[in-house]
Amino acid sequence: MMTAQREPFSPARNRTFNVIAVALLFLFLWWADGSMAADLGISFLPEPLNGYEVQILNLVAVYGILAISLNIIYGFTGMFSLGHAGFMAIGAYVSALCVLTPDQKEIMWIIDEILPSLATLHTPFWFSVILGGVVATLFALVIGIPVLRLGGDYLGIATLGFSEIIRVLIVNATPITNGSLGIKGIPCHTDLFTSYIWLLLVIYCTVRLLSSNFGNVLKAVRDDEIAAQVMGINVFHTKLFSFCLGAFLAGVGGALLGNLLTTIDPKMFTFLLTYNILMIVVAGGLGSITGSIIGSVIITVLLEWLRVVEEPMDLGFMEIPGIPGMRMVVFSVCLLLIILYRREGIMGMREITWDGIAAFLFRIRGRKENKA
Amino acid sequence: MNGKNIIEVRNVTMRFGGVTAVSELDMNIPEGGIVGLIGPNGAGKTTVFNVITGFYKPTEGDVVFAGRRITGMAPHAICSLGMARTFQNIRLFYNETALENVMIGRHVRRKSRWWGSVLGLPGTMREEREIRESSRQLLKRIGLSAYAGEIASGLPYGAQRRLEIARALATEPRFLLLDEPAAGMNPQESLELMNFIRQIRDEFHLTILLIEHDMKVVMGVCEHIWVLEYGKLIAEGDAEAIRSNPRVIEAYLGEEVNHAAD
Repeated sequence: MMTAQREPFSPARNRTFNVIAVALLFLFLWWADGSMAADLGISFLPEPLNGYEVQILNLVAVYGILAISLNIIYGFTGMFSLGHAGFMAIGAYVSALCVLTPDQKEIMWIIDEILPSLATLHTPFWFSVILGGVVATLFALVIGIPVLRLGGDYLGIATLGFSEIIRVLIVNATPITNGSLGIKGIPCHTDLFTSYIWLLLVIYCTVRLLSSNFGNVLKAVRDDEIAAQVMGINVFHTKLFSFCLGAFLAGVGGALLGNLLTTIDPKMFTFLLTYNILMIVVAGGLGSITGSIIGSVIITVLLEWLRVVEEPMDLGFMEIPGIPGMRMVVFSVCLLLIILYRREGIMGMREITWDGIAAFLFRIRGRKENKA
Repeated sequence: MNGKNIIEVRNVTMRFGGVTAVSELDMNIPEGGIVGLIGPNGAGKTTVFNVITGFYKPTEGDVVFAGRRITGMAPHAICSLGMARTFQNIRLFYNETALENVMIGRHVRRKSRWWGSVLGLPGTMREEREIRESSRQLLKRIGLSAYAGEIASGLPYGAQRRLEIARALATEPRFLLLDEPAAGMNPQESLELMNFIRQIRDEFHLTILLIEHDMKVVMGVCEHIWVLEYGKLIAEGDAEAIRSNPRVIEAYLGEEVNHAAD
């Protein structure tokens, strides 16, 4: 039997599907967060997620934002940047300084007095997140202008150095950052709805940008810089734009992370954090937004689930003591396997679209009919 | 040569360390012509291309494009003035579709800014549709409609060559430089290419400068030819003059010209 050609969906139908999917996501969050049963006063719903699971769900969203931001820089524009932890730290600290109350600040800064201008600073949460992104962008601009002339691995090394510099600055700028003591007691603003609304907002804006011709221009710079120049593309500006956009989203992600964990200190923002994000992006697929989302779900859940291997194990014939950090070993092995056997990651450069799903279902149905 | 010159190469010398790739070159290219630059391997032809398109800043001398001095300008800025080129080894954006490749070429003529796309401003969205539509039209005129949705790396060789030209045309150039467009083509394809070059010259009101080793193509399509050897200009003139120029024959044409004349 011939399989009939399937018409691609119209934009209107795609929009309908998107709205339905978002609605389902929020229904799920409503349930997961435990407020659905309370709000509706019904008792037959399944048990909502516990605090630990909600926290993981939150982390998925925040890591999703961070993965998209690194993907814009590395996956779509082809700049190997390892400075993500630095931008996140800037976002987290700026946001924390904005949302803490003057009283809290007065108690917390014990090594040095906090700067008077910062002591009285108090802004709404959403503003602090955006400000975190903006400040990270300013830093990206300053570091990007000299550093983006480098290519390939050199850029990676330079941005890695930048992120370490930021960390050292945070440790030593006690009047602003409270040094190595970190900041505690940040109000937990990042609840499920906040983090997912931010995630959806980020996805919406990035997809709009990347599916326009500006997205094509980024990919052109990634594929062939020389040809891009001949096409009249100002390669340096394009790279700087992409770097700043990535830094902005990293700052936003960092701010959300700080408000989720309620405690931040310089030790959090080491290279390992960049490495986690990099792993999500590479595993999901460089140059794929859906890949980044899938990657952040899988890696975040695995990171928690793999805590099992760090506990003492009794194999019957021998006992393995708990080894802290063991899951990172397992993870590194996973990353090695991905690079060896599936370098393009889960999605490669492809995206999951409604059309793609429909074509897939169509094929399965066709196969069944063929059999019948 | 009469009429207006679109490109004037004035006394250009290009040195790389101790090597002089091009020395004291003068070239005036009249508007609307198809002209050629030939010479044995390593004569400095591609260097001349790179100097004209802004990839190299000449050690001495000037390049003037449509009455404007462009020496030392960046390639992307020169492109926005109306110059486009192709490469000896094809350089497409290999992860993008044929249509996207052409759309990237349209970017340089774009007026709206990126935030318009994020916010969905009507003006930006209209321009976006125009870019897509005009790129489709261009692919159609070049005869590549069938490949519009295909990833560039999967296209057949001839189609890749044509797509590179289509992408260059998308930037709305007045002056087009083709670096060995007939490389790797059989005689039949070369013949089609000659017609194609004449056709795009007329349709898009271009001046075309080409580097080519295939003498049939050069002699068949070029109205004026410059011959380089070791970075020096040894002859210029129309096909007939070049063919009978003893220095050119001595330099390298010899057999090829006789062959072409058959």
